[in-house]
Amino acid sequence: MTAQTAAASLADRRLAKVSSRDVNVFYGEKHALKHVDLDIRANEVTALIGPSGCGKSTYLRCINRMNDLIENCQVTGSLSLDGDDVYDKKVDVVQLRARVGMVFQKPNPFPKSIYDNVAYGPRIHGMARDQAELDEVVMSSLERAGLLAEVKDRLEEPGTGLSGGQQQRLCIARAIAVSPEVILMDEPCSALDPIATAKVEELIDELRENFTIVIVTHSMQQAARVSQRTAFFHLGELVEVGDTEQIFTNPQHPLTQGYITGRFG
Amino acid sequence: MAENSSLVRSTPAAMAARLKRRYAAETRFRLAGITAIALALGFLATLIFTIFSNGLTAFVQTSVKVEVAFDPEVLGIGNDRSPDALAGANYGQVIKESLYKQFPTVEGRSERRELVGLVSSGADITLRKMLAANPALIGTTQSVWLIAGDDIDMAMKGHISRTPGADGNRLTDRQLGWIGDLERQGAIRKGFNTTLFTTGDSREPELAGLWGAVVGSFFSLSITLIVCFPLGVATAVYLEEFAPKNKWTDIIEVNINNLAAVPSVVFGLLGLAIFLNFFGMPRSAPLVGGLVLALISLPTIIIAGRAALKAVPPSIREAALGLGASKQQMVTDHVLPLAMPGILTGTILGMAHALGETAPLLMIGMVAFIVDIPASPMDPAAVLPVQVYLWADSPERAFVERTSAAIMVLLFFLGMMNLAAILLRKKFERRW
Amino acid sequence: MQLLILMVVLLALTTFGFRLGRGRAIAASGNNPRLLHSLPRYHGYYVALWSGLPALFLIAAWLMLEPSLLHSAVMSALPADLQGLSEERLALVYNEVRNVARYGHVPSTDAVGQAAAGYIGVRDTVFLSVAALALALAVAGLAFARKRIEVELRARNRVESVVKVFLVLASLAAIFTTIGIVLSLLFESLRFFQAVSIFEFLFGTQWSPQMAIRSDQVGSSGAFGAIPLFTGTLLISGIAMLVAVPLGLLSAIYMSEYAAPKFRSVVKPLLEILAGIPTVVYGFFAALTVAPFFREIGASMGLSVASESALAAGMVMGIMIIPFVSSLSDDVITAVPNSLREGSYGLGATKSETIKQVVLPAALPGIVGGVLLAVSRAIGETMIVVMAAGLAANLTANPLEAVTTVTTQIVTLLVGDQEFDSPKTLAAFALGLVLFTVTLALNVVALSIVNKYREKYD
Repeated sequence: MTAQTAAASLADRRLAKVSSRDVNVFYGEKHALKHVDLDIRANEVTALIGPSGCGKSTYLRCINRMNDLIENCQVTGSLSLDGDDVYDKKVDVVQLRARVGMVFQKPNPFPKSIYDNVAYGPRIHGMARDQAELDEVVMSSLERAGLLAEVKDRLEEPGTGLSGGQQQRLCIARAIAVSPEVILMDEPCSALDPIATAKVEELIDELRENFTIVIVTHSMQQAARVSQRTAFFHLGELVEVGDTEQIFTNPQHPLTQGYITGRFG
Repeated sequence: MAENSSLVRSTPAAMAARLKRRYAAETRFRLAGITAIALALGFLATLIFTIFSNGLTAFVQTSVKVEVAFDPEVLGIGNDRSPDALAGANYGQVIKESLYKQFPTVEGRSERRELVGLVSSGADITLRKMLAANPALIGTTQSVWLIAGDDIDMAMKGHISRTPGADGNRLTDRQLGWIGDLERQGAIRKGFNTTLFTTGDSREPELAGLWGAVVGSFFSLSITLIVCFPLGVATAVYLEEFAPKNKWTDIIEVNINNLAAVPSVVFGLLGLAIFLNFFGMPRSAPLVGGLVLALISLPTIIIAGRAALKAVPPSIREAALGLGASKQQMVTDHVLPLAMPGILTGTILGMAHALGETAPLLMIGMVAFIVDIPASPMDPAAVLPVQVYLWADSPERAFVERTSAAIMVLLFFLGMMNLAAILLRKKFERRW
Repeated sequence: MQLLILMVVLLALTTFGFRLGRGRAIAASGNNPRLLHSLPRYHGYYVALWSGLPALFLIAAWLMLEPSLLHSAVMSALPADLQGLSEERLALVYNEVRNVARYGHVPSTDAVGQAAAGYIGVRDTVFLSVAALALALAVAGLAFARKRIEVELRARNRVESVVKVFLVLASLAAIFTTIGIVLSLLFESLRFFQAVSIFEFLFGTQWSPQMAIRSDQVGSSGAFGAIPLFTGTLLISGIAMLVAVPLGLLSAIYMSEYAAPKFRSVVKPLLEILAGIPTVVYGFFAALTVAPFFREIGASMGLSVASESALAAGMVMGIMIIPFVSSLSDDVITAVPNSLREGSYGLGATKSETIKQVVLPAALPGIVGGVLLAVSRAIGETMIVVMAAGLAANLTANPLEAVTTVTTQIVTLLVGDQEFDSPKTLAAFALGLVLFTVTLALNVVALSIVNKYREKYD
């Protein structure tokens, strides 16, 4: 890193919502993520791009400690949310995941009613004092996910009965309902058709007003459409990070350039 | 920070309290799971412990040393030494006389009866066998170890109180005294209970043995295996390899799944109505028992066989067919051998299950009191689990330990069979 | 015995036929087997089948028909006075004739003795003719087949069609068994319902199955109302499920969600042992240890607990059923897709919340199916209740009392020297029919629930 970019990154850190320094992830002997220094800015959409197996999903899952669920997974380095170390021993994972929500690649609504899907998070965290408050949370989450109009007459029907795109928006509503600060999205549109994809991308753009969003995507076009900052990963290392426009029009690193122009990937 | 206009977040204190509750619930839930497992395994341990602690003493049998005088006059044979005379001689009286002589102070009918009670009523068989083997013993006096009566045996093992004067003693104080005397003389000992493993059933516990039931089980299971292995494998092969996917095949499959869940008693009723009454097969015979058990085991073998056949990858079949083998040749030469370990494992487990079956065999009459060891599958016989049931019903204290010992023998055989199945599976386990 | 000898001879003949056929095929090709359409051994099988199968069919037919043949032969040869007897008495007489002929019992009357002699005569004559015919067929078949052997003979195809027919017939064995069960149960039950009305049976509340030998016998009430048996079965099975479902389900949850792989690999087989122990052992344990234990506990608390309480029998039955519930639930819980769990964790739920609110509801149909199968097992269980539950019908919901069950009664009605046709023994078949129907219904429902559930996630 040059002195210029070093100074710039110092300034970035003050805006950073999620900040990583020298983060390494090991699956047993395999060194999956190497020395990642990355700052995610608040109220922005940051896209993580790179070829398969480059570690972007691994990094994503570090932020809300979903990697804890995997055996033999070791995370070193520091990763902080609003300045607080996420991997500190005193941190309650359950609380953390209420602040950092996640949407998965394949929509995974619970086999419950649409209402109960969205109400699940607020219920377990005790966020609503009575039924009326809960109703309001559910309705507003569904509305912000752009789903309310389509399902408001059938809230009791099972969430699994919706179309693929609707299911994913339901999962987004579910994640919003616990009022997180950060929403992580792991290739949220890869299982959806183009029309549904467009709807979700539109949603992401609306959501960034109130949430910080980190999205892993295989599609560079999607990254270009949706994000303000882009980070390019390759074989477990963070190669380059910068404003989306700059990355796609004027990448600094040869690897980045190679990936963007489709020479590999 | 997300907008939550109408939503008031709980205060940090309330959140912390709630979190604490949630984690407490988590711990309780985990604990419930461990407790359930502990309880289940605890029951298992109690069961095994009870059976073993009761049954171990049955492997030992008390004997009493008696100076037996083979007096031809007492035997009632005079000068006749023919085998018939020797077989029909009065050994009971010989034992009585020898005992009276060994305990000269005993007088009076009731006292003498108690004295004779020290020795088993079946002890005369031992003497008969001795003379049949060596008639020259007539006229001599020999030291013979005779099987003790079952109450004496129980006392020696500590199951019956040996303190004189206690209420409700099965043994009189005199008998307890004699036992003490015999001990001092070194004339009473505990040895391995060969009777248990070499004789058939008997009303007297000290003479009762498992061998008849073991042979009966062996015959029954042999018939079961002979009938249901070919039928089961043939059905599995047909359904898996040759049957067209149509309504009839579906009916057969549904049928087999249902049969697997029918209570075994119902098979007993079937055996009674059809094998015994319609075909007139011999009652209580391992032949009928084996056939009934075969019907019970058939669904198990079919289902295991199909699973084993399904596990063989299609690529092997295609390779064989591609070389010009007929479908049957492909199955016989390639698929079956590869599926055989799985089929055998399933068969062994099915046989193990059949070994423990009791109820259906009760219905076809294998619950009679059989003393002789069966010589063929047509002779009336008992099987091990039925023997357990019969002995469990008997009131004598000595049968409790023998029932437990019989269960130990049964569990031993089952353990061996399951072990064989596991070893077989491990040895031939292939990861395609 | 003679049958065995006959079979051995036939076996020798067919083996000889095989060798002959195979050799002949090689010879026919001029010692160049590659010219043959089928491998030489198929020619061998061809001859062996032609030789053995006709004889086998004959013997099978004889085995089927012999009982009725002998029956009618003996009956028609009976003196006139015996022929006029009622059906029941005739059956008794025939039984005696059969015993005398087969086992050498001493006949009670001369007529019986003569009939027995006639029985033996007919039986031996028929057997000799069958044996002779079978051997003749075997030899003829052998010769016929041998003649047909030539290079062009499609022996393999012929043999394979026979094998295929055999496979199909084998598969029908299962169908025949079911048909046999249904027919025998129905047949005998119908005879029972001629003596006792079906309404009294299904809805009556008095069960004391004593039938009079003579119509003027005192105490010949013979009540066959099965309701106390149904309630007894339900009571004991209910107690068993109360034990098995919580313990089995919680064990399954712990082993599939919380336990380390090593723990699971040790504990799972241990729990399976519970399923492998014969039920007669459980029955003995229940009668020896558990029932007295409850009786003493009850006595110390001032309660009167029967020595054959439903509680003791039910509890031991529950222990036996634990592995059924736990293993089925384990499979079902493991089958719930991991994505659901991740979704729940991602929202910040604890493990127990995830299990209770996401995994279990998702697995519920499968668990219910498993529980129904376990209930069916409990209802059909026999030895534990025969040894630890009571024999007297008792219409109660009190688990401390002794009750009897359907399966116990089936056993007690049939174990013993009963006349086969009396309503007492036929009642056992009626009970068996009810048992079969109920367990069948439970199994069908359970399997359909499990299958529908499996469709959802596959």
